[in-house]
Parts: sequence; structure tokens; C-alpha cells
Amino acid sequence: MMQLSQDLIQRHQDLIEALGAETLKAMLQEMHLIRAFEERAEQLYMQGKVHGTMHLSIGQEATAVGAANAMQEGDYLLNHHRGHGHCLAWGGDPNRMMAEFMGKETGYCRGRGGSMHIADIESNNLGANGIVAGGLPIAVGVGLSIKMRRTSQVCLVIFGDGAANEGAFHEALNMASIWRLPIVFLCENNQYAMSMPVQQAFNIENISQRAAAYGLPGVTVDGNDVLAVYAAVSEAAARARRGEGATLVEAKTYRYKGHSKSDKQVYRSREEVRFWQENRDPIMRFSQLLLTAGLISEAEAAQMRERAVAIIDAAVAFSEASPEPDVADIMSGVYA
Amino acid sequence: MPELRELTYAEALRECLRQLMEEDERVFLIGEDIGVYGGAFGVTAGLIEQFGPERVIDTPISEAGIAGACIGAALTGMRPIGEIQFMDFVTLSMEQLVLQAAKVRFMFGGKASVPMVLRMPSGSGTGAAAQHSESLENWFVHVPGLKVVMPSTPYDAKGLLRAAVLDDNPVIFVEHKLLYKTKGHVPEAPYIVPLGQSKVVREGSHLTVVATSVMVGRALQAAEQLAEEGIELEVIDPRTLKPLDDAPIIESVKKTGRALVVHEAVEMGGFGGEVVARIAASEAFDYLEAPIRRLAGLDIPIPYNRRLEYHAVPQVESIVREARKLVRGEY
Repeated sequence: MMQLSQDLIQRHQDLIEALGAETLKAMLQEMHLIRAFEERAEQLYMQGKVHGTMHLSIGQEATAVGAANAMQEGDYLLNHHRGHGHCLAWGGDPNRMMAEFMGKETGYCRGRGGSMHIADIESNNLGANGIVAGGLPIAVGVGLSIKMRRTSQVCLVIFGDGAANEGAFHEALNMASIWRLPIVFLCENNQYAMSMPVQQAFNIENISQRAAAYGLPGVTVDGNDVLAVYAAVSEAAARARRGEGATLVEAKTYRYKGHSKSDKQVYRSREEVRFWQENRDPIMRFSQLLLTAGLISEAEAAQMRERAVAIIDAAVAFSEASPEPDVADIMSGVYA
Repeated sequence: MPELRELTYAEALRECLRQLMEEDERVFLIGEDIGVYGGAFGVTAGLIEQFGPERVIDTPISEAGIAGACIGAALTGMRPIGEIQFMDFVTLSMEQLVLQAAKVRFMFGGKASVPMVLRMPSGSGTGAAAQHSESLENWFVHVPGLKVVMPSTPYDAKGLLRAAVLDDNPVIFVEHKLLYKTKGHVPEAPYIVPLGQSKVVREGSHLTVVATSVMVGRALQAAEQLAEEGIELEVIDPRTLKPLDDAPIIESVKKTGRALVVHEAVEMGGFGGEVVARIAASEAFDYLEAPIRRLAGLDIPIPYNRRLEYHAVPQVESIVREARKLVRGEY
């Protein structure tokens, strides 16, 4: 781990200097917050305090935090069903997120959306999507709108490896390319589309290779290296902001938990999961990097986890104290 | 008295699009072959010359992409008007329309709006066979969050399209291929025909005929013929299928005691069933003097052969026959 940290420090030296200690620490704190949120979400489910299902992003925190931090105020986000981390990294309020997860009126979507459909329209977070690749064609429209309104915004759309095999992926990348739209397509490749391994679902090494088919640049990065994700998404966003069009960024990462609550995970081995946890954990790696670089102390690193848990404790307390939606109001919000 | 200005249905739609685009730079058009080609049915002819390719956007053959582009643009402050070349092809846009456009507002707690219109020509009668002649409007009627509009005249086409574009919800705007060349009075100044208002297009005392789209004209022709026999049809055009303004229909049936619903889409699971159910469940039930009947497309794909195609959907003579039976009690 020490050697890895030194390698990473060397690789990201310029970026580490450019971002500075405070930003880097805030990014690590966000990663802790996401993990704490997800762990509590699972616990609440086990306790029977929430119903339905959920898709946990434990193990994928670097992708969410790297990407969201690479974007600017006013940019747009569209993401997918495994989206708690993206929303938190985008600046989402843990209280309103947790309240939504628990189906409360104080949630971002007044309890109508739930885990899979959290949006914060006010911060241009246009929402998580329960349909694989569902957000990709919408991103095309957001890109067109930005272009027609002549603003310098960029749309970040995050989707999984599974989405890259939907027809909508192809339509969207092609349209984004021919119209030079300001979109960053971020494929969060966590190795499995539910149970389907990428090795079986693709006959190519990297999903980013597909960008070439549409005349777009494509790049694959280590999705468990928050700075690598940050660098790739920053470059893609800058390119989009310069009017040079879209980029396909593939971040290779790994989910530790099952696809959803009903997943018995018979399609992969415990050893495989353990390998990623022990060797490639994004939080462990980034903590170690900051420690090795002398940017945080052991004590600070430990406090971050505690702070995240405290924030989530407060979010749960807020949500539990929040009212349920009123059945008398069930018809509201269908039409404008 | 000055002669009334006449336009075709296609010209009325085009005039509406032009006026909206002149008034509001957020309005733009997107679809296949809508630019220099002018649209498969010529509705957008000439608009790219006036507004340029940035606002009259020709797309690749990507119907999911067209629908998604409308949604994303609508979510971020634009007023997109998409065109699906044939209504049949909207099957390729269904996920975006049903699972995204219709639901984002509700799913996100009533905080987002999707002010988009998707125009598409439906219907048979042009020899285009099974994959270019569909009438799928009731699929959309079944989806909360969408509105469904089906104009039958040039006047309504212009006024309803304006209302649809000004509406803050996703609207499925169903045109009919056979109506594009029909003519009627259309004022030049912009006007609105509000969504959700049925219209009594002919008054009569013996039978209420609720007809949609191209069937409104056929019902009116049938009414002319039957008037010679002393049978007076009251013809009602809902114009908007969702939301449905059923009050004039129920009032009419209370007066006539009889009802016939006519549409081109297949009968099974069609819009007619909804109209029949609303009449049956209303106070008009006590006034009924005959069973409520539907006359609709046969439960088959549209055939190519001209004679078979003709007989696949209601025609003037079948409306006359069915109406006569209902009024004379020969059912």
C-alpha cells in the first residue's frame, strides 16, 4: 500500500498541488460520507425500516467523488439506479436524501421517488434513473439545450457497464458527437450488469473503445483512484466547455455488495470481492495517499469516518422524525 | 361578408409552428427529415429556411434519441417540439416517453416539468400497410403524466398545437395522414383551443356519436346521409383524449338516449371502451334506450390490399349502418 501510494503521488503530483490539502481532504470526507450512508441504508433495510430495494455503491466512492468534484456550479447531473454516492458527491443534503430513502415528505422527492429516483432539480441534479441507459438520451437533450441557450454548462451523465449494451447508448453517443454537445459520458464499469460479467457481455477490452465508433474521444481510468477519475472527467468537461464536444470516460471499479437486496451473488467468488476490498479499496487508497503525502494525520483520517457516521446518524434522526406523505395528497405532482 | 381564410391541416400546423418559433426562441423542432425535406408529410416545409438548422434539427434515425432530446431540453428550460415520422415508430421511443417523460415530475416530488410536444401521424388509408398505419393513441392514454391530443380539423390542429406547446406537460400530439390535405377555416392570428375540451360538432336528437380524428369527418358525412332519412346524429369530438372532457358526452346521451363511439384504432382495449364506461357509469345510464356500441378498427394489423385496408377500419357506410340500427332498435 505504501509503494502504491508513492506511485499515485508521483502520478498525480501536479493535481495534488493544484487541488491543495483542503480540497483533497474534503474529497476523502465525501467518500467516507457515501460509505457511511450506504452502510446505514443497508442496516435500515435489515431492520425493516425501509421497504423496496436499493442498490449500494460501496466500493465505488472514488468514481462518484472524482467525477462530481471535476464539475462546476451550474453543470447538470444525470445518474443511475446505484446513485446515492453521486447525489451526495454533487452536494446533496444527507438529511433530505435519507428522508427520501425512508419515504418521508421531507425527502428530496417527497417520498415519491425513493432510493432509485433521487433528484435535486435546484442544484441541476436531474435525477437518478431506474432504467438502464434511461438517462443517456435525456443527456442529449440537456446538451442541446445548453448549446441553444449558449451557456458554458456541461452535462455529466453517469451510467453503468450494462447501459453500454442498450440501444439508447448508441443513439445518444452518436447524436452527442454529430452535434458536438457538451456532455461527459461517464461509464461506471463495476464489472457486473447484475450477474452478467463484462467479460461475457463485451468482446472488447475497454468499453471506452466504443467512443471511436462515434468519432468521440474515449478514455479508461482506474475508477478506484479518485484523482484519476477527477483528472479524466476534468479534461472531458474542459473539452466540452471549449465547445469541442463529448467524451466517453470509463471508470473501472467494483461493487462490494450485491446488485440489489435479493442478490445471492452466486456469480462471483468471495475471494474476488475480498481481493478488491483488501487491495483496491478507494477510501483506503486515498487515505493512504494523503497520509503518505503528509497532508493528513492518522488522527484526522480516523476522525473523518466518525464525522461521516455522525452526519448519517443525524440524517436518520431527521428522517425518523419527519412526517409521512399525506394520502390526501396522493394525486399531486403528476401534472404541472 | 369576406370569404373565410382556408388552410389545409398541414398548413395550419405549420403556421402554428412558425408563429410559436417567432414568438419564443425556446421553441425548436427536432425529428427525422424535417429540415430541407420538410417532413415526410410536408408539415415543416420551409421552416428550416426561416429558422435555420439550429432550431429545425434533422436527426439520425434515432427515435429514442429524439424523445430523450425533447425531455432533456424541456427539463432545462426549452420548449421542444419533436416529430416522429410515423406513429408506428414511436414504439422505439416508448421507454423515454412512458418511463421518463411521463414520470419524472411525479417521481421527483412535483419539482421538474417536461414541457414537450411529440407530433406524429397515425392511421391507415394510404396503402402503407401494417408498419406505417398504426393508431396507438390509447397506449398513451393509459399513462399517467402524459396528455394526448387528436385534432380532426385544420382549425383545431392549429389551436390545439398551440395549447400543447404552451402546456407544461409532455403532450402526445396525434395527427392523421388522411387529414393533412383537408381544408378548413383557419384564422391567421394565433389562438388557442384549450386542451381537455370536447366539442359538439353537430347537434342532433337521436344518437350521440363520439368520434376521434379522421372519424369525425366520416361521422359528419354519415350524419348528412341519415338526416335525409330523418335520423339526427349528434357528433362529438373529444379532441383531447387525455384529459378527457366527458361532460358534454354525458349531457348529450341524456338527450339522445343512445351512444356510438367511433375510432380507427382497434376496438379491443381501445379508447372507445373508456368512453362507453364513462357513459355507463354516469347519470346518462338512466336515459339509455339502447345498448352503447363501439365501431372501431378490426383486431388485425392494417392490410396492404386496398379493399382489405378499406374494410379494416370504420367508413362512412359502416357508421350509417350502425347508427341506423341503434336508432331503429335493430340491434
